Amino acid sequence: MSVLVFAEISDGKFKKAAYEAVSYGRQVADLLGSKVTAVAIGQGADAAELGQYGAHTVKTLSVGEAFTADAYAAAVNGVANEVSATTVIISNTYTGKSLAPRLAQLMGASLASNVVSLPNTSQGFVVKRGVFSGKAFAFVDLNRTHKVLAITPNSFEIKTYGETASVENSAVTVASSGLTIDAVNKVTGKIPLTEAEVVISGGRGLKGPENWHLIEDLATALGAATACSKPVSDMDWRPHSEHVGQTGITIKPNLYVAVGISGAIQHLAGVSSSKVIVAINKDPEAPFFKAADYGIVGDAFEVLPQLIAAAKN
Amino acid sequence: MTGMKILACISVVPDTTTKITFTENNTQFNTAGVQYILNPYDELAVTRGLEIAEANGGSLTIVHVGRADAEPVIRKALSMGANEAIRIDADPVDAQQVAEEIAKIANGYDLILTGRESIDYNGGAVCGLLGAMLGIPSINVVTRIDYAAGKFTFDRDIDGGRETVTCAGPCVASAQKELCEPRIPNMRGIMAARTKPLQVLAAQSAGGYSQYASFELPAPKSGVKLIDPSEAGKLIDILRNEAKVI
Repeated sequence: MSVLVFAEISDGKFKKAAYEAVSYGRQVADLLGSKVTAVAIGQGADAAELGQYGAHTVKTLSVGEAFTADAYAAAVNGVANEVSATTVIISNTYTGKSLAPRLAQLMGASLASNVVSLPNTSQGFVVKRGVFSGKAFAFVDLNRTHKVLAITPNSFEIKTYGETASVENSAVTVASSGLTIDAVNKVTGKIPLTEAEVVISGGRGLKGPENWHLIEDLATALGAATACSKPVSDMDWRPHSEHVGQTGITIKPNLYVAVGISGAIQHLAGVSSSKVIVAINKDPEAPFFKAADYGIVGDAFEVLPQLIAAAKN
Repeated sequence: MTGMKILACISVVPDTTTKITFTENNTQFNTAGVQYILNPYDELAVTRGLEIAEANGGSLTIVHVGRADAEPVIRKALSMGANEAIRIDADPVDAQQVAEEIAKIANGYDLILTGRESIDYNGGAVCGLLGAMLGIPSINVVTRIDYAAGKFTFDRDIDGGRETVTCAGPCVASAQKELCEPRIPNMRGIMAARTKPLQVLAAQSAGGYSQYASFELPAPKSGVKLIDPSEAGKLIDILRNEAKVI
């Protein structure tokens, strides 16, 4: 019985989400009285560093292929068997979301995604997870011996343990998946929305895509990602990948700034778990003010330049 | 590919405007007054599946794991143009139970489509589970599906970007926004859907791998603190020094 953490590498570095997952895994292991193994697939990252966040052992694998869900699931399942892991922790990124169900099936494990709490093991193995696209939370009892937990990024503090992990490198061969990856296009220098700590989001109040430099300038000044409301993506002012809300992406940043977004129930669903919410809208009756911590009743075109200037300061 | 067979898996979810509440001491979702709809991502899966089937002389089958009260929504999917539907009669508790039921009828399809996630339980797991159960590739969150020269081509969202993958099939993919515009059924489709075959099969799986114990609503905000628009810059100071989030 041990805890296995999938530590995600991107561009030769561990993601922040990987540190969160390792630190979360250590807390689960302490709860269960067991050890943590982190498994990393890929090159370049400093594996021993994961000891700092609570890993006892790190296994780095070179898999002969780029990411496909089945290849990674087979590789991680191999390590899970080797270390007799009963609980596997994965960050709920796009990669994690592809991997978790396939791995759960290989392990015969219970699966919970969008996990936002440590397990409560006083009766069963209960975790809290986001449901109804951010409108509610559920407490789910995972009743199989093996469990796969996909934890929501930016939901857990990264604890440090000041330890060094022992590192083992190995190469694994996995059966070819029948999938060919033809092209990978990564937007470099841009913060993925689901992992961003600060998100600046614009709605119809911005009046058109030509005004988005105001959102982008504020985001740049604050090191934030940019997002938008559904009408904005539906009108193609912004790409669909920026749409947050019930039928878009659900996010949980430390700070969410909504500019010119009224705050319809579907939009609030996707952002209401943000730690601090700022609403900027010229309509004092906008529903967003009821869901916000801070508000400015004012015109976006007058407010945003002031914020950009102050943020650059 | 003549005779291409596509399977679209659908779920039935509360309308996006639904105010979510719970009953029985927060252990049951309150269904009173709730309107149910075809899950928005599944609507995209059905639409794009139909477009590909129609272009290649194929057919599209709808499958739903759920109770009889889902049948109006299944008929809606038929009215969009699907050839036939299967309802597996169960009250599933989790994605694993849904996937096990679908896997039992999913052999022989060239392409299986799901939504990226259902907007009620947001598990996003059926695509990957089906792939693993059937031993075929699973491609999550696809924004493009094309079929040419014996291969499916997908664009899929990845962390911080997008990738293009090809697969001869069979494979399973989950639909993301941008895949297509959802098809609105026309009157002819609605009439035709009434008599299209809707087969009901008994459930076979032993049950789920998890159990929902209770629910909780997010804590309400304590009240908004307003900042004068003429001194908007002060907000940055507050976020830095009071809220400590930047």
